[in-house]
Amino acid sequence: MTRFILQRLAETLLVLLLMSFVIYGLIGLMPGDPIDLMLTADPKLTTADVARLKALQGLDQPLVDRYVHWLSAALQGDFGYSRSQSLPVWQVVVPRLWNTILLMGLSLVIALAIAIPAGVQAAARPGSLTDNLINLSAFAGMSVPLFWLAILMLMLFSVHLRVLPASGTFSVGADGIADRARHLIMPVLSLTLVTVGAHLRYVRSAMTEALRQDFIRTAQAKGVSRGRLLYGHALRNAMIPFVTVLALEFGTLFSGALIVEQIFAYLGMGKTIYDAVAGNDYNLAMVSLLLSTAVVLLSNLAADLAYAWLDPRITYR
Amino acid sequence: MVRTLLRLLIGLGIVLGGAGLPAAARDQLIIGSTQFPSTLHPSIDSMLAKSYVLGFTQRPFTTYDQDWNLVCLLCTELPTIENGKAKIEDLPPGFKRDAGTTFCKSADPTLATKGMAVTYTIQPNATWGDGTPITTEDVMFTYEVGKNEKSGITNSELYRRIIKIDVLDKKTFTIHSDRVDFGYNGINDFLLLPAHLERAALGDDPAQYRNRTLYSTDPTNPGLWFGPYRVASIEPGSQIVLEENPTWWGEKPQIKRIIIKTIENTSALEANLLSGSIDYIAGESGLSIDEAIAFEQRHKDAYDVLYKPVLFFEHITPNHDNPALGDKRVRQALLYALDREVLTQQLFGGHQPVADTDVSPLDWIHTDDVKKYRYDPAQAAALLDAAGWTLGGDGLRHDAGGRPLAFELMTTAGERTRELVEQVLQSQWKAIGIDVRIKNEPARVLFSETISKRKFTGLTLFAWLTSPENVPHTTLHSTMVPTEANGWAGQNYADYRSPEMDDLMDCIEIELDRGKREQMWHKLQAAYAEDLPDLPLYFRAQAFIMPKWLRGVRPTGHQYQSTLWAEQWRIQE
Repeated sequence: MTRFILQRLAETLLVLLLMSFVIYGLIGLMPGDPIDLMLTADPKLTTADVARLKALQGLDQPLVDRYVHWLSAALQGDFGYSRSQSLPVWQVVVPRLWNTILLMGLSLVIALAIAIPAGVQAAARPGSLTDNLINLSAFAGMSVPLFWLAILMLMLFSVHLRVLPASGTFSVGADGIADRARHLIMPVLSLTLVTVGAHLRYVRSAMTEALRQDFIRTAQAKGVSRGRLLYGHALRNAMIPFVTVLALEFGTLFSGALIVEQIFAYLGMGKTIYDAVAGNDYNLAMVSLLLSTAVVLLSNLAADLAYAWLDPRITYR
Repeated sequence: MVRTLLRLLIGLGIVLGGAGLPAAARDQLIIGSTQFPSTLHPSIDSMLAKSYVLGFTQRPFTTYDQDWNLVCLLCTELPTIENGKAKIEDLPPGFKRDAGTTFCKSADPTLATKGMAVTYTIQPNATWGDGTPITTEDVMFTYEVGKNEKSGITNSELYRRIIKIDVLDKKTFTIHSDRVDFGYNGINDFLLLPAHLERAALGDDPAQYRNRTLYSTDPTNPGLWFGPYRVASIEPGSQIVLEENPTWWGEKPQIKRIIIKTIENTSALEANLLSGSIDYIAGESGLSIDEAIAFEQRHKDAYDVLYKPVLFFEHITPNHDNPALGDKRVRQALLYALDREVLTQQLFGGHQPVADTDVSPLDWIHTDDVKKYRYDPAQAAALLDAAGWTLGGDGLRHDAGGRPLAFELMTTAGERTRELVEQVLQSQWKAIGIDVRIKNEPARVLFSETISKRKFTGLTLFAWLTSPENVPHTTLHSTMVPTEANGWAGQNYADYRSPEMDDLMDCIEIELDRGKREQMWHKLQAAYAEDLPDLPLYFRAQAFIMPKWLRGVRPTGHQYQSTLWAEQWRIQE
């Protein structure tokens, strides 16, 4: 197992290296650069200014040279400064990464806390009123556009009821946990509501399949209680395909976070990546995208490890 | 659908939610903005959001006020030839101008060998937020940073024009510039840096200055600021908190604290306003004009909406290399065929004034005495007939060789207002037999490739951001046509060439007599309206959405923002 983990970590590093080249190249291939864009916003900027600023930021160098320069600095732990924030990249990324982990983590936990029991109950009584109601709720959640739901919640809880803050991560002068939690409620809730439906459907489908298996009939014949049958035997088996889907769903969750972050002016990684790529902020885009890639790869590794935990027959060498 | 629901909910919210904070609690103002500044360094990066914040925390030596007059803010008196504080002087021996610089043909040729000496005195009580007096040492340090090629200063044109600065005493200095120029006393972009704090950041490696400056590493250091407010805290990307500056020498501001919150999504910005999370949406960086008009219709009882035309000149640049568009009669016909009055009325509630030339009606140099192009399809048709484009059986105009009169019209993809305008233009031009095909591109492609490298073949719709009494040298002078040979320098994307216009611009630049200059400006506008190097559409407007208790905010209409007079803002229940 240790060897497997080390091998996967080595592969992760290799993928990150390849991705760094691909990402740098793709951003570099986009037409225009930040200085070109600045020219359209500042009537007094002269051609001499443009040439000087491009030279200063290395934008007049060939793309490959710039990449090699970036990589050699990065390998020495110097990830540079964010051009759009005028701060060291890590100083921008760390608090935002934490905000996104909090947003996505809480949303995922709540979504699973709802999806797993509801999916199990729906699968246990297929075609029943409970199953139909659960399915209806799941489809409703899946079909609601996230930006619309977020605005709707903003209108309801902030404008109409005035019980929750409309935006941001904290209030000026109130830096306590309770204040931060209040700012998290709407972003987490909206992201949860649109993701829970899909999770629920996956659990229901996997559970339906598991409940058809021979070992379930055997367990029933042995007189195992219904609760133990569902949660102790069927769910554990149903979790194997669900974990695969969950790892793949990470990307969807991330793009959902981007929308939520924008509507609620919540400072997170989704928005940071979007702005960094759009604004050709190479250093920030590189670190943010590589971190996201790392998180996706590591979540897949975690899923692989979860298989072994869920099914002792699976071993890794 | 979403917007309708949004409006219903907003309406419900207003009815049931009531007003924001109680009057007694009000000693702060929370402003919503769609942009967050990339840096607060006065001279690195140009962004509206940054100038907006700096208006609260700094003062330039000179600026244009709300009435578009050049005034002193950090200096005691505006230097002029008349008061003896500005003088024409000989340039140092051996001084050479940039190659390709042209000079007014009718002017005294010796003026080309002259420069100017302009003397300023710093406000006697001006101090940085840490109590250090503002002196000429700060002036010399700012000049040193501005002159340094590696310091990362965005706009160094002002510093390039300065030959040297003489320090007369702790508060007085003389700037020697390399030319005679009507704007000799405006040093609006000479934004002071604190030598006592920033010298260490510049150090011996100016290329690192951008990263080391205290404006990035320690922006809440009070010594960086000298306006009525100073930066108390920053949450990068989210909000900036400004508090009253105890060392401010001017009128004491009534509002104790200003919070500027960044909310990029304009629907969310509106919701924040209605929920009381923000009090005011700044026009400089807030809702678009159509969003503001819709907002006003729903909430005019709760908020004041103030529209101010600004110096964003929306126009169409035709490529004069296109044989049809190179013909003045075709350009005039294109403009006669457009009902721009109805367009601005229908789309923008009449808040964005139709442009006759590139000079704003708010500018003192503006004249109405120019050729007007009121909607006249018959005149448009006559001009096209005269130019050899006759109407065929297919409803389109053709030349003698049977080629149709057809153009591509480009603009920034995804910009809803411009795309709407495009459709109106297309249909009105089609009515007189011109076939226009819309081909839009993302902004970064359009500006950095298609326009700047003159790859467009027909018409492009975009805006120029100008400034008061701005000589359109870079956009209209024949030496400013971008080509591969000159490294795509210049912004005369149309390839407009007029010796008369070139000379007028060269002469205006060196004419110090305001009356004579005014006459020249009128000539220039008349020539512009006759030649139509670009097809003027309208000047954009900004919408300031204010609570009824906020008084004293006076939008300027130019790039020097309303926050420069923030000490005059009042809370009045």
